[in-house]
Amino acid sequence: MIKLTKVTKEFPPRGRALSEVSFHLRKGEFAFLTGHSGSGKTTTLRLVHMADRPTSGEVRACGFSSELTSDREVWKLRRRVGYVFQEFRLLPGRTATENVAFALEVTGAPRRDILSRTHRLLAQVGLSSSSSMPVDELSGGERQRVAIARALVNDPLVVLADEPTGNLDDRATRGIMELFQELHARGTSLLVATHDLELVRRHPEFRVLELDEGRLVYDSGAVEEGAA
Amino acid sequence: MYALREAIAAIRRAPLLTILSAAMVALALFVVGVFGVVTYNLHQALTQIEERVEVVAYVRDDVLEDQVRELEGVLLELEEVRAVRFVSREDALLTARETLGEFEDLFSGLQVNPLPASLEVELQPGFRNPEAVARVAGLARRHPNVEDVAYGGDWVDRLHLLRQVGAIGTAILGMAFSLVAALIIATAVRIAIFARRDEIQVMRLVGATNGFIRRPFLLEGFLTGIAGGLLAAGLTYSAYLVVYRLVFPLDWIPMEWIAGGVIAGGAFGLLASAVAVRRYLREV
Repeated sequence: MIKLTKVTKEFPPRGRALSEVSFHLRKGEFAFLTGHSGSGKTTTLRLVHMADRPTSGEVRACGFSSELTSDREVWKLRRRVGYVFQEFRLLPGRTATENVAFALEVTGAPRRDILSRTHRLLAQVGLSSSSSMPVDELSGGERQRVAIARALVNDPLVVLADEPTGNLDDRATRGIMELFQELHARGTSLLVATHDLELVRRHPEFRVLELDEGRLVYDSGAVEEGAA
Repeated sequence: MYALREAIAAIRRAPLLTILSAAMVALALFVVGVFGVVTYNLHQALTQIEERVEVVAYVRDDVLEDQVRELEGVLLELEEVRAVRFVSREDALLTARETLGEFEDLFSGLQVNPLPASLEVELQPGFRNPEAVARVAGLARRHPNVEDVAYGGDWVDRLHLLRQVGAIGTAILGMAFSLVAALIIATAVRIAIFARRDEIQVMRLVGATNGFIRRPFLLEGFLTGIAGGLLAAGLTYSAYLVVYRLVFPLDWIPMEWIAGGVIAGGAFGLLASAVAVRRYLREV
């Protein structure tokens, strides 16, 4: 579903953000992407989302190759990938419903479907009562949940999440993880970037990819494969 | 439908920004509008002067009425000629007495009318230039029943030169004003879009096609341009009324000019939006 082959990303003049990173996330697989701040987690997610292109190597996601997909075609990939941004990236001045519905509107979905799916997703993330509030008036945690609802409303094949629980308390974090686990159970692939090692430890059943200064230094999937 | 809904929603969300953009567009087009009124009135004044350009063919004294009719027919067949008017010797004397009142004593002492009969040849609007006037005058002069021809050659030359200088001047100034207006409109629209660049990026990140993102912005730019154009038309008309009532009477510009200005405002707004959105579409 996601395959990185010797991916290097440089941001001149700042330097190298990723160095020859390779991993393969299969269909329906759930992996945590861990590492300190600046280790390359967000860069990896952006490369998968094709918001950036690798300096060398290849990224493949949902059948799209970074070498073959033009900027004009990238929307096709993005409709299959839900992205929960660290900084939320919601549309200011619009309600929670409008923000979530927007991800469906761009696909040309029928209005009735848009409303029903939007309400269902907002209910799932526990925001039914705040659905008509402008996102600017919501707390950080609530905005985080709007961002998650928006990423999931399209029934994506892959979910990329950048510190999705970073602004949430324990209870809300558990709620989000339950939601991710439901998605995983339904066959959705998830790549969740987090520096919260406690969260990772609570879910030993999921694969862990650890980055350090742009290098993939640990892959529990590879360890298991090696052991097998 | 989505594009229209979004464009209207965007205007509602940030009415002040929209008003400021439309006001900038309006002020830019107002300058063009005032220039239009001045140009139109200069054009009208020159046209009125040009209408006086005519060729006068003086008929020989011994020519009979039938021969005058034949000469009139010959002149009317020329493509440059719009109308021919016969002025008899008596009419010529009467006109001279009316227009030259200070020489009344001289006229009343005349035993014989010294003025010749003539044919006043009015030219078609496109043929009031030195070449056409000279050709008609030459053809008339060569006719055996014509004694002499007058057409004020120097005056026609000067008028034609004035017309050409005016046309070139207004074209250059018009282009300069339009360019400045276009740049101001582009800036106004770009400022409005700059304020929403994050929105464009978010749209792209959730899988919107470039066309889908672009359409509401283009429509918004177009509507802002149209609103600015209409506002400019109102401002120009107000300025026209002030001058008309307090300074001197002027002609108001034709409706097609106003429609052209408003549509140009919309077109500039649309084009500026397209350029500005394109820039932000490249960023993610």
